[in-house]
Amino acid sequence: MTDSGTMMPPVRPAFDSASDATHPAVTALAAARLVLARDLKLAFRKRSQLVQPLAFFAIVTTLFPLGVSPELSRLRPMAAGVLWAAALLASLLALEMLFRDDAQDGTLEQYALSGGSLTWLLAAKTAAHWLLTGLPLALMAPLAGIALGAPNGAVPGIVVSVAVGTVALSLIGSIGAALTLGIRRSGALLSLLTLPLDIPVLIFGARATELAIGGEAYGVPLQLLAAVAVLGLTLAPLAAAAAVRINLE
Amino acid sequence: MAWTWFHRLASPPHVYRLSARLTPWLAWPAALLIVAGLIGGLWLAPPDYQQGDGYRIIYVHAPSAWMSLFVYTTMAVAAGIGLIWRMKVAHAVAAASAPVGASFTFAALVTGSLWGKPMWGTYWQWDPRLTSELILLFLYLGYMGLRSAFDDVQRADRASAVLAVVGLVNVPIIHYSVVWWNSLHQAPSLMYLGKPTMPPSMYVPLLIMLVGFTLFYGAVLLVRLRGEVLSRERAASWIREAVRA
Repeated sequence: MTDSGTMMPPVRPAFDSASDATHPAVTALAAARLVLARDLKLAFRKRSQLVQPLAFFAIVTTLFPLGVSPELSRLRPMAAGVLWAAALLASLLALEMLFRDDAQDGTLEQYALSGGSLTWLLAAKTAAHWLLTGLPLALMAPLAGIALGAPNGAVPGIVVSVAVGTVALSLIGSIGAALTLGIRRSGALLSLLTLPLDIPVLIFGARATELAIGGEAYGVPLQLLAAVAVLGLTLAPLAAAAAVRINLE
Repeated sequence: MAWTWFHRLASPPHVYRLSARLTPWLAWPAALLIVAGLIGGLWLAPPDYQQGDGYRIIYVHAPSAWMSLFVYTTMAVAAGIGLIWRMKVAHAVAAASAPVGASFTFAALVTGSLWGKPMWGTYWQWDPRLTSELILLFLYLGYMGLRSAFDDVQRADRASAVLAVVGLVNVPIIHYSVVWWNSLHQAPSLMYLGKPTMPPSMYVPLLIMLVGFTLFYGAVLLVRLRGEVLSRERAASWIREAVRA
């Protein structure tokens, strides 16, 4: 393409705009709900893939007592950091699966051409991804926390902070996963793109968990974490949809 | 047409010739200002009452840190313009900026840790500004990594542009979260500069260096932009004439 001298004409994709006019029966939300149900159903047919990030999380949290010390008094101060680093890595590991299969078999392309809003469909896929990885991680985190010396009273705080934090991680990660769609062996690149953006989540999340383990009020960092999650909720699906379109062209 | 000059910026041959013409107008002032700033900073400015001569690395460190953010912003804005208006030259500006910005970030980190050794007694301190700078370096590396992963230039342009814009939204969030993190985890025992009472003989050379570094970036950007345009347009007929000329 060497049309020097002129700007390229703006190529407006035919989809995404005026979508409800062409498919009045299926609104964006209804389509998103269908995609969510489909992704959940597909995931439950391949259960071993669902367990892998959780097993990974368990193994990473096991490495720290082995590497540092078996004494709970030494593990407790670092429990929050270990939990969050492990949760971050586990959610990163699961991200590669977020769009991979749908991109390979052409489903994603059909979504883009469907006339519905790709943003909503990707938001639904990300929601499914969170339900399948973030939520189980949040439910498992207290087990690891207690194994690292957290008191029983910290369980609600750990669950809530990891649950909210993984929402943000899934959303931020969806941008990275969408950007690396067309790239083979994208694992290392995906982590290089995603981890720096995840740092605020790590900081606020680990702080909330740390306060919960210490038996203190963790409302402030939790609210900041929720703020990051809400910002991600509003912006990440838009960026992910733009990235998917670029990679499908 | 008042906007003709702007629309012409979308034309690669025009930009190629314009940047060749503008380069010396930025490069020479940059060289003069940097030399003047170094003389002012390293010889004329008085030693600091607390840090002695050790503080003088600020004349390289602070402008580098400033440039690391300035270049990132320029890069992200150019990438956004390229993404929205499909302007190839804007993408070329973003692509040409990234390695320059990463180098400034690296320079800011190295000079920061060299400065840390005499002041803090250690090369690395989890100081919020130094930590954000390190994360900024990772953002640059991610941008360049993503760009190099694509064979197709246009796809690389647009995908990396999305990342640059997302990164720009995130930079302030990352910075403030790191500041907050640090204020919680570290006793405020750091030796900060006695900044409020910096005499003019100290800060004027700093300002000169800031302007000099910015112009230097402009000159390097123009040279790199020509390289980008040449490699992107290598199949075009105007290249043959331009290179022969």
